[in-house]
Amino acid sequence: MFELPPLIIGDREFQSRLLVGTGKFSSTMIMKQAIEASGTEIVTVALRRVDMSNPQDNLIGAIDTNRYLLLPNTSGARNAEEAVRLARIARAAGCEPWVKLEVTPDPHYLLPDPVETLKAAEILVKEGFNVLPYINADPVLAKRLEELGTVTVMPLGAPIGTNRGLKTRDAIQIIIEQAQVPVVVDAGLGAPSHASEAMEMGADAVLVNTAIAVAKDPIRMAKAFRLGVEAGFMAHISGLGRPRWEAEASSPLTGFLRGT
Amino acid sequence: MGFSEEIIRYRWDHIESLIMDKTPYDVEQALHTEQRSPDDLLALLSPPAADYLEEMAYLAHKLTIQRFGRVIQMYAPIYVSSECTNSCLYCGFNRHNKITRATLTVDEVFEEGMVLYRQGFRHVLLVSGESPRHVNLEYLCRVAEKLRTLFASISIEIYPMDIDSYRSLIISGIDGLTIYQETYNRKRYAEVHPAGPKRNYNWRLDTPDRGGQAGFRRLNIGTLLGLSDWRVEGAFLGLHAAYLMRQYWKSHISVSFPRLRPAPGGYRPESPVSDAQMVQLMCALRLWMPDAGLVLSTRESQELRDNLVPLGITQMSAGSKTAPGGYSSRPDTEGQFEISDHRSPEEVARMITFRGYEPVWKDWDAAFLKHSFP
Repeated sequence: MFELPPLIIGDREFQSRLLVGTGKFSSTMIMKQAIEASGTEIVTVALRRVDMSNPQDNLIGAIDTNRYLLLPNTSGARNAEEAVRLARIARAAGCEPWVKLEVTPDPHYLLPDPVETLKAAEILVKEGFNVLPYINADPVLAKRLEELGTVTVMPLGAPIGTNRGLKTRDAIQIIIEQAQVPVVVDAGLGAPSHASEAMEMGADAVLVNTAIAVAKDPIRMAKAFRLGVEAGFMAHISGLGRPRWEAEASSPLTGFLRGT
Repeated sequence: MGFSEEIIRYRWDHIESLIMDKTPYDVEQALHTEQRSPDDLLALLSPPAADYLEEMAYLAHKLTIQRFGRVIQMYAPIYVSSECTNSCLYCGFNRHNKITRATLTVDEVFEEGMVLYRQGFRHVLLVSGESPRHVNLEYLCRVAEKLRTLFASISIEIYPMDIDSYRSLIISGIDGLTIYQETYNRKRYAEVHPAGPKRNYNWRLDTPDRGGQAGFRRLNIGTLLGLSDWRVEGAFLGLHAAYLMRQYWKSHISVSFPRLRPAPGGYRPESPVSDAQMVQLMCALRLWMPDAGLVLSTRESQELRDNLVPLGITQMSAGSKTAPGGYSSRPDTEGQFEISDHRSPEEVARMITFRGYEPVWKDWDAAFLKHSFP
């Protein structure tokens, strides 16, 4: 079979390029099976959903940390201070120092605040966290975060949960072109073809939650996204042909130059 | 400044006639669009929309799972006092009603909290009548400071306060504010609130504004169904919620639509609302605001609640007692109204699971508030 290069984030290697979220599932059982079917190695969990005081918390308990990197996220934080506080609590409770940084002051569209995200990233990187910031598809912000030392950038394809696909395609293209850290397209991917599209463009990985969780059959959908991501990535490294608008003429206009 | 200035633009009678003039064509337009206008909201509340109820329910269901997932967030009320200086005709705590009244001590509130904590709740709502002599700011702050060791989120449903008081409550650990206008119809409002501080319509109407300005993370508004025409109430409720979303863009807005229940005092609803009408209202609000929380209490029957789970509800209470001390110390005090769904929290959670949804007990963290961690 084909050997695929691993995804390297921070000092860790991953074979899978699909990250999955744990929100919105109808039961922990289905969530577990969907995670399994997705082939993922990185699972993100909203800290607000976890009862840190309860070692038997069913959300954390459902995720085998020997198999998956548990990536706590700060969803719900409105500013840098709240996000930092949440990340510290997770670490104090025994999570590894990894955090998906989400600062979303508006609880309706859940769009990330660039100013507060940058502030929080700076503090958390200094404290030794591997920071994966969720951002709008803003190439300059992506570079600024990378310079601070975040281990990825995670631009959104469309607002969280909208299934609209790569609405920010052009800006993501620039981010991919400029980035020195893995680019993980996060949010808005509604179909495996969207995930393929992001990977074909050269994204290093994608994160999917809603499209899997609210599908009629989340387990099968998780598998579909796995295949979509693999297909897109394989196509990207195989060298995709450029699309053309017209057919190539068999008697080119400059053919006479090669004549005798 | 507040919604009381905005509401001047909408006359009750005018909104009512706009709703009554809507045609099936208007309803279809409202259904098959992505960005709905206020006119679309009115169409969805109109009589002809009743014929499209199944389609509305389907769309409401789809929108809700897309935005919130297959989850229902669980909460429970804690009644801290039944003392009240108001005389709301429909309410069991009306000061003229001869009921046994009680105000819990801070320790008694904690005891109530312990019962709920053991049942699994991490979100609670503190409720009281309007009697600052019994329930004042200092008391509420002490209650919050004590309860926040147990709960991820504490909201209040008490009498309207000023911005500074709300700021103090937030510092003490309260993150959500619930306040119902009861009815947006001024005339009706005056009739059912004949005396007491609650008579001040505008002060009450601007309460969510003051809460938003103070920085509550959650604002929950509502209208008490049965007092006046539900269609017009629904329109005002929807406009009010949309206004709050624009003004206080960092707060999550949710709406409630409690129906009047039998209560001490024996008030009969002037404009009863049928199950089908309530479903229409709920779906119209969901289609109007895909991101708003929709809250359902134990006022409604077991059967109806079970069937409403997939139609757009995001939060449900369970096992509620509406009397101070009802969970632990004083099980015999009289409640504010009669509960209809008497199942235990565990039974309700099982029903939610059976319906293909996950009951979520914790969806917030006290760590979001400043006091909790360095």
